[in-house]
Amino acid sequence: MSASGIVAQLTELAIAVLLAPLLTGWVNQCRAWLQNRTAPGLLQPYRTLAKLFEKEVVLAHNASSLFRAAPYFIFGCLALAAAIVPTLGTDLPLNAAADAIALVGLLALARFFIALAGMDVGTAFGSLGSRREMLVGFLAEPALLMVLFTASLISHSTSLSTMVETLAHRELVIYPSMAFAGVAFTMVSLAENARIPVDNPATHLELTMIHEAMVLEYSGRHLAMIEWAASLKLFVYSCIGLALFFPFGVAEGGDWLGLVLAAPALVAKLAVGGAALALIEMVSAKMRIFRAPEFLGTAFLLAVLAMLVHVLLEG
Amino acid sequence: MTLFSGVPLSSLDAALAAAAAWLVLGAGALTAPRSVRLARVLYPAGALVGFALAAVALGALFEAPAARILPLGLPDLPFHARLDSLSAFFLLLLGCVGAGVSIYSTGYLRAGEGAPPGLQCLCYHVFLASMGLVLVADDAYFFMVAWETMALSSFFLVTSDHRHAEIRRAGYLYILIAHLGAISILLCFGALQAGTGDYSFEAMRNLQPSSGWASVAFVLALAGFGAKAGIVPLHIWLPEAHPAAPSPVSALMSAVMLKTAIYGMLRVSLDLIGFPLWWWGVIALAVGLASALFGIIFAAVQTDMKRLLAYSSIENIGLIVAGLGLTLLFRGFGMGTFAALALTATLYHAFNHAFFKSLLFLATGSVLHATSERALGRLGGLIHRMPRVAWCALVGSIAIAGLPPLNGFVSEWLLLQAFLFTPGLPQGYVNMLVPVAAAAVALTAALSGYVMVKFFGVVFLGQPREAKLAAAHDAGPWESAALFWLAGGCIVLGLMPGLMLSALEPITRRFTGYGIDAAGRGWLFVAPIAPERASYSPALFLAVASILILVAWLAVRRLYHGRVRRAPAWDCGFPWLNARMQDSAEGFGQPVKVVFRPVFRIEGEAPSPSDARPRYRESAEDRMWYWLYLPIARAVERVTSLVTLLQRGRISVYLMYSFATLLVLLFFIR
Repeated sequence: MSASGIVAQLTELAIAVLLAPLLTGWVNQCRAWLQNRTAPGLLQPYRTLAKLFEKEVVLAHNASSLFRAAPYFIFGCLALAAAIVPTLGTDLPLNAAADAIALVGLLALARFFIALAGMDVGTAFGSLGSRREMLVGFLAEPALLMVLFTASLISHSTSLSTMVETLAHRELVIYPSMAFAGVAFTMVSLAENARIPVDNPATHLELTMIHEAMVLEYSGRHLAMIEWAASLKLFVYSCIGLALFFPFGVAEGGDWLGLVLAAPALVAKLAVGGAALALIEMVSAKMRIFRAPEFLGTAFLLAVLAMLVHVLLEG
Repeated sequence: MTLFSGVPLSSLDAALAAAAAWLVLGAGALTAPRSVRLARVLYPAGALVGFALAAVALGALFEAPAARILPLGLPDLPFHARLDSLSAFFLLLLGCVGAGVSIYSTGYLRAGEGAPPGLQCLCYHVFLASMGLVLVADDAYFFMVAWETMALSSFFLVTSDHRHAEIRRAGYLYILIAHLGAISILLCFGALQAGTGDYSFEAMRNLQPSSGWASVAFVLALAGFGAKAGIVPLHIWLPEAHPAAPSPVSALMSAVMLKTAIYGMLRVSLDLIGFPLWWWGVIALAVGLASALFGIIFAAVQTDMKRLLAYSSIENIGLIVAGLGLTLLFRGFGMGTFAALALTATLYHAFNHAFFKSLLFLATGSVLHATSERALGRLGGLIHRMPRVAWCALVGSIAIAGLPPLNGFVSEWLLLQAFLFTPGLPQGYVNMLVPVAAAAVALTAALSGYVMVKFFGVVFLGQPREAKLAAAHDAGPWESAALFWLAGGCIVLGLMPGLMLSALEPITRRFTGYGIDAAGRGWLFVAPIAPERASYSPALFLAVASILILVAWLAVRRLYHGRVRRAPAWDCGFPWLNARMQDSAEGFGQPVKVVFRPVFRIEGEAPSPSDARPRYRESAEDRMWYWLYLPIARAVERVTSLVTLLQRGRISVYLMYSFATLLVLLFFIR
């Protein structure tokens, strides 16, 4: 643990928490441009958050303390997840505390609590949303784990820092296993972040919504925390993708200059990634909910295939 | 008795004394079989014995194996007892969980439910004692006596509410499968003694059976102990017997009795045979993963909370057997370090499962007493009425779902780590199977999250689905104390894995020759092979997460107002919301039914849209019944119907049979 490690850790956390809504705003802006609409400002998510924090909380009569605690809990989990993924430097103190499997566990923990919160008030939509969220979750989680396993087999480690360091130092050849894993990871991230082929973040149509149905009973500061956590989740998934597939520009060891240069590199990569996400959402159509298992099953098989290909061809 | 003749008292003597004390307590209950008050004194005493046994076992973990010959048994065939680190580990589990369940039983006991309290108390303590004796038995004879006592006492506990036909049926199924297993275990010991006629484990250990006989013994042991553990396809008794038994008994059976079967598998494969072949590991891995996936998929569609937990037990046993398979695989290829890692994961998960499964079964017991409902479709909203039970059940649910930072995650983490090291295996085909196996483990873990959201959400959250739930009361002091003890165990085992790893080190050293370096990076870290390969620190993890949550909460409270207004639920503005509009247990199972449709045998009828009085019925059954058990049952019936040809009901015919038999015998003897 070094001074630069601690600085990198804290900077990373601060960047994630503060810039996550910006990424959401950027994706929304790109989407609006692609749809030939006038885009909302880049800072629109911050305005929404500020508005929600000012509003009072309207709580259902039978909401339990679990319902009230869940938004902070989920926010904390996702902030920790953002701190674990190496985005600026690989010399992170938290690296010894949580590896790739723990990262998946952390994301699952957040999902567990948001699903329970959705069931807490006992409305028709809440439990429907929770059920669908868990359906997407139990199909997407193993696929994500398999993607990370493929990377960890390559680097002989489940530590995220070691993975990033190893992947960044491989010569620039397209590895078939990572290609499969990349496709699988993209599909999983779309599903996990309630993005278009699986869910639509912009709709409140009863029959199709997943994430929005679950958080329907939240208002005021609780909703603000949930929305912020959702932005953080998108940020975390983007960072996992960048760490696994584009790990270039990340500072290694106690390299101060590298740390300074890593921040603009991260912003640039995220900007490109966000635009790509908007493009994917533009060209695909929302699926029926029961097509989602096929979609995610494909992702899961691709991820397992990635591991098999690694064992067979690259091992 | 001469049990205490060997002064100073050794750990083995103390463990035997604990079992004897349980037997005495059970016998004491017979003095007044109908007295609830006497049973209320005996159960806490049993709990004290449990704690004492746990303390003794903890000490014995780090001692050299001790053996003695008991002055019991048949002439020339005395009972041998032996306490080594593996026995001590499982005795520790029995002591910790047995004590918790005994405390709970003190409060759970009611007059007028099923068999008289004294008889239940007797069976309960005999059950505890026999499990203890199974773990210290050192010859096949003693082992089988203890094993059968365990089966019989638990049978009487399962059928304690014997006035219901379905409970008698469940008990019959249980005892039937238990005896099929027992025959298989007996044959396994027969194969291991290799014609010497010496059935002591010491002799089997020193014998080197041919690899053919060793394989026969292993397969018999896997089937025999598997019948007790509930691996597919011998699992069918489990979802019947667990809901039929009183909740403390379900807890004890699921948490400890299934583990004695795991103990048996480990004892036979790693100790008595001693040189596992790699393909045994492949068999155990395949069977284990099939059980795990099967169990969790069926758990997702259950509508009875205890059946749901019973299927989840099949899943966890499956994961444990898969871990055992991985251990054998590594051991067979002579990769000792990785075998140690896999064995650590196996034993750790066995211990964890004992804690969280007994916790959840006891929580369902409290819910059952408070509401007299077992069906998920008639529960809901109990977090308001039973907060203590609800929060303890939440701890258990997080643990069993394998989520950090609790104990279920640590063992699944270790198991996945063990999988990640398999690509170094010298066998190409096995190497290719490993990614598929790891994927199955990952899918199982994710599905268990789904199942636990269903379990906790439907029972404790939402609106109460029945009016009578408003009268539900929280658990009493004894019940709460037991729940807190077990929940605390889940938390400690989750946050301080170093403790458990150092307790497991003597076992892995003894059976694989290697140990996981527990104290390498301090008590708070798990770094099984090397820190740069993988490390995890639940305490640090929890500390940082708590700080982040706390900072977020404080910042929001400081910077903004804390205004809250209570109002009816919003539900998109729909004003006629009622409790029946929530997702039911069936509804929550439906996606799993659709995704894994071929696994189930689904029967049912859906009403047409224009039906004025719609009726909806659907059942998802186990195909194993129709593929395996019913054909066997029909074949047995056909064979037995041939026997009736002999029965003519006329005395002259029977005399003829006797005469013919005599003739045949004379022919042979001559």
